[in-house]
Amino acid sequence: MTRRPPRYWLQLAVTLAVCALLVVPVAMSIAAGVTENYFVGVRSGLTLRWVGEVWALYEETIWRSIYVALACLGCTLALGVPAAYALVRSPSRYVRWVEELLVLPVAVPGLATALALILAYGTWREFRASWLFILVGHVLFTLPFMVRSVLAVMAAIDLATLEEAAASLGASFARRFVTIVLPNARPGILAGSLMVLTLSMGEFNLTWMLHTPLTKTLPVGLADSYASMRLEIGSAYTLVFLVMIVPLLVALQWAAGRAGRRGA
Amino acid sequence: MTTGRRAILLAVPALAVFAAFWLLPMARLLQVGASGPRGAAAYLAVVTDAAYFRSLVSTVALSAGVTVATLALSLVAGIFLQRNRFPGHRVLVSLITLPLAFPGVVVGFMVILLAGRQGLIGEVTSRLFDAKLVFAYGMGGLFLGYLYFSIPRVILTIMASVEKLDPALEEAARSLGASTWQVTRDVILPALGPAIVSAGALCFATSMGAFGTAFTLATTQIDVLPLTIYNEFTNYANFAMAASLSIVLGAITWAALAAARSLAGAGVAAAA
Repeated sequence: MTRRPPRYWLQLAVTLAVCALLVVPVAMSIAAGVTENYFVGVRSGLTLRWVGEVWALYEETIWRSIYVALACLGCTLALGVPAAYALVRSPSRYVRWVEELLVLPVAVPGLATALALILAYGTWREFRASWLFILVGHVLFTLPFMVRSVLAVMAAIDLATLEEAAASLGASFARRFVTIVLPNARPGILAGSLMVLTLSMGEFNLTWMLHTPLTKTLPVGLADSYASMRLEIGSAYTLVFLVMIVPLLVALQWAAGRAGRRGA
Repeated sequence: MTTGRRAILLAVPALAVFAAFWLLPMARLLQVGASGPRGAAAYLAVVTDAAYFRSLVSTVALSAGVTVATLALSLVAGIFLQRNRFPGHRVLVSLITLPLAFPGVVVGFMVILLAGRQGLIGEVTSRLFDAKLVFAYGMGGLFLGYLYFSIPRVILTIMASVEKLDPALEEAARSLGASTWQVTRDVILPALGPAIVSAGALCFATSMGAFGTAFTLATTQIDVLPLTIYNEFTNYANFAMAASLSIVLGAITWAALAAARSLAGAGVAAAA
């Protein structure tokens, strides 16, 4: 065993401190969410009472976040996968511009995009009051991630040669797209999909401006509970959010690693 | 031939949605921004009006500070985690990536748990020094929140970049007698340059435009541009000012990312 230099221990200490900063509050939040009385501490007893209250108060926001995320996934798949293909295969010099444009809703703060949407479409009452208004914001914000994820994988495989081979055997474009392009791009589509779901479930910057009292999503509900409910309820609600988002995040990292190996 | 020249047509649906729900609304925003009593001069208000200018300066200062601190901590931790393997390494890396999926509101709540009135830091300091340290509800809390938000993203970028470094270069430097510090300064950091620039720009742009954390911690002591815009819009119904300020803010974040991309080459990814 070699002796470690002091530098090693210093770096380790910084790394552990950073890790503690990130993890300690999460652990505190989880503990507070299942503790009878946070100010007394864990010895006041563990309970699922607060989780139950969150369910009673905010169940609707949880379901809404799930279906907004799924609808957003559907839209980004339908719009983003063909767009990524177009960007990879087109020899046009406008391709770079298209890519630049689609990324704009991510480069500009969500607040600006949300205000723009409200000023442009806010007077269209039925649209403004429906969850579709939120969906539009989420699609704008997540589409670049889907496009980029699919694009990276498509660019790494020689689609042109594969397609040419299929075309020479008489396969139509639609057939080539379904039997060659999509299966080859699958790791990118999977990673992009998980990314879209994760981002949509957690989106707040846009959603806070776009929501109405009848179209609250989970993060909007969270902000509401932090501001007006006791700490245990805010914590229990955060716990519910973690239970929903962490599996997505773990799956995303696994899928992104796979797509990365294919794409890089 | 459907592929080749006509392939670009497949991007049309995405572009149509983008044009209808982003370009058009942005054009409207630009127009509303100039529709107030100040006219087009509203776009200059962020520098000519003392209150808005103060808001801009504190936002830029906060974001720059967060960027420097995040880069410093993430470089140490990122290089260390990529170069050393020890028991618990995998667990540590996955714990660090956990907050990646947290929205700004949740980050704000984490700051309250750490530095709020009933927070951990207050508890520890009141026991140790008999003086309760509470700084969640101010610029200090916002700083901690943006640090919390940015560190995981930057560490991952640094780690990916360290992985691609050519160990032969460091070997060569060492065999020529360079000390560890010289190797770090002259070989490792320059090689990480593009990653540092792109991760830094992303961190800066995100801190400039973030809203959720500031909203959760919101007090009168927090004066940042996104919160100013929000207040103009909802509390004062000053749509023109809110619009022009958000255009200015959007231009700043976009320019930061674009500058980093031209500096660091391709691959500066904008992220949430």
